[in-house]
Amino acid sequence: MTDISPHATELAAYARLVRRRVLIVVGLGALMLVALLFDIATGPSRLPLGDVIAGILDPASLDGPARVIIWQVRLPYALMAVLVGAALALAGAEMQTILNNPLASPFTLGVSSAASFGAALALVMGASLPLLPAEWNLPLFAFIFAFGSVLLLQVLAGMRGTGVETLVLFGIALVFTFNALVALIQFVASQEALQQLVFWSMGSLSRASWGKLGVLALVALVTSPYSLAASWRMTALRLGEDRARSFGISVKRLRFFSLLRVSLLAGTCVAFVGTIGFIGLVAPHIARILVGEDHRFFLPASMLAGASIMSLASVASKTLVPGALLPVGIVTALIGVPFFMALIFTRRERL
Amino acid sequence: MALHVTGLSVGYGRRPIIEGLDIKEISGGSVTALIGPNAAGKTTLLRALAGLVPAKGSIRLDDVELASLSVAGHARHVTYMPQALPQRVALTVLEATLSALMSGEEGSKSPAQARLRALNALERLDISDLAMRGLDELSGGQRQLASLAQSIVREPSVLLLDEPTSALDIHHQLRVMQLVEELARERGIIVIIVLHDIAQAARYAQRIIVLEQGAIAADGSPAQAITPATLARVYKVEARVEACSRGFLQVIVDRAL
Repeated sequence: MTDISPHATELAAYARLVRRRVLIVVGLGALMLVALLFDIATGPSRLPLGDVIAGILDPASLDGPARVIIWQVRLPYALMAVLVGAALALAGAEMQTILNNPLASPFTLGVSSAASFGAALALVMGASLPLLPAEWNLPLFAFIFAFGSVLLLQVLAGMRGTGVETLVLFGIALVFTFNALVALIQFVASQEALQQLVFWSMGSLSRASWGKLGVLALVALVTSPYSLAASWRMTALRLGEDRARSFGISVKRLRFFSLLRVSLLAGTCVAFVGTIGFIGLVAPHIARILVGEDHRFFLPASMLAGASIMSLASVASKTLVPGALLPVGIVTALIGVPFFMALIFTRRERL
Repeated sequence: MALHVTGLSVGYGRRPIIEGLDIKEISGGSVTALIGPNAAGKTTLLRALAGLVPAKGSIRLDDVELASLSVAGHARHVTYMPQALPQRVALTVLEATLSALMSGEEGSKSPAQARLRALNALERLDISDLAMRGLDELSGGQRQLASLAQSIVREPSVLLLDEPTSALDIHHQLRVMQLVEELARERGIIVIIVLHDIAQAARYAQRIIVLEQGAIAADGSPAQAITPATLARVYKVEARVEACSRGFLQVIVDRAL
């Protein structure tokens, strides 16, 4: 040891890097808040932004109709957009890491197809569970199948000699199987049920309610701390499975619990708002470009990027066609792709 | 420090790669090279020693039976550097080295100390200037050095290296071999290294194990293990083994048999 502290230059450089990443994550958080405010302020009834903010802070200051619009429509929709975006992005980010596949997302591996099948069973075949209010019937069926599809993946992963590639292939097989089953149900469905099913599968925030918000928030609050706690292990897994195990990480365990979180997050989202693709795939890529793959920054950045895109998509779904509320699932890709392309073409350095 | 391997059997599925392998005590403080033709089972043996493939038999490090330890327990003693390097990873060299320390059960240790240890490892390999560079921007050789840093930073008792010099130019090959030899001597650790270059193995390893079809074909000091007869039998080449003017063993291959 010398008197000057060793590696001072490198330590300072690393501290700068960490600071820059924290700033980017904070910036994404700010972007999300702005998008959220815009989302709340946008709608067919023209309420000034100031009134909206005042109405949120002090509901008593609003007249009856405005209060209903803000508290029963705008706020639940907008918060649902943020939560769903964050949850799908986290699920996608974890999947891409644990399956070592940049194309992995809750939708590539059959989760949404399975959920659609569950929804089709409830809508068309009239499947129902006893002792439950009818409005929870469809989301519950969608959730059960979405969750079940990931459990099926888990069983396969637990079998001997199953590599990551087999898992991905199996997920793709699930997509085709469930799509075929849904098509079969559509074939026998009545006109009316068919229309409902098609609309459901487009993904829409109009199904948001405070109850559903609470459930999704609870799921996100329960799962995300575990995700963050696993962040160093996931970072190490990026260096290869043998490498990670040689560091003392039980990759099997990591994969099991991660897939469990993914199934909870994605299953709940799909059940409440239907199929919203793209976010789970692209938000992690945006985060990777911005902050790299140190998962302490990568996971939060993915969530915030997903929430921001979803929020902006929600704004667009209300404004693209005046007077009409487009299903947000249609808009997410339209909003996300330009953002994504701009990032790809403007990045100067990789990290 | 000493490693004893007895009755080791490893196979993928039903196909046995190694059956009932015994290796005489491998002692700390020196480098043991593992050589042999393609598909001799070198990587499989190394991965079995690292606890990465299910294996039957006994792998004993002093009084510790490694074969009965969990992944985390294994990692306390042994570190394995795979030959394959990760592709398309958005991490800096320092972040990757840090993850070697922060991800395991030592993760709770002070991050400041981990940063110092990681930087020390990079300095040791003479790649301090790469600390902030992304793994993806590096050349193959630089990435191999970064990977080696992730191994030595854990300060294992048993360091297993699978062809750590395959992508390096001659200068870096020799530097890495010298460094590995130094580490073995300084820390008294066991280093087992798979090498393709027989002369390099002879130059830097104190002991050479020649593997052929999952069994030991020769084992001993370089002069004992590397002989024209062994090379003919195992590698199917006609070769001379001669001492050069400085007294190092050189292998001159004349033709394939």
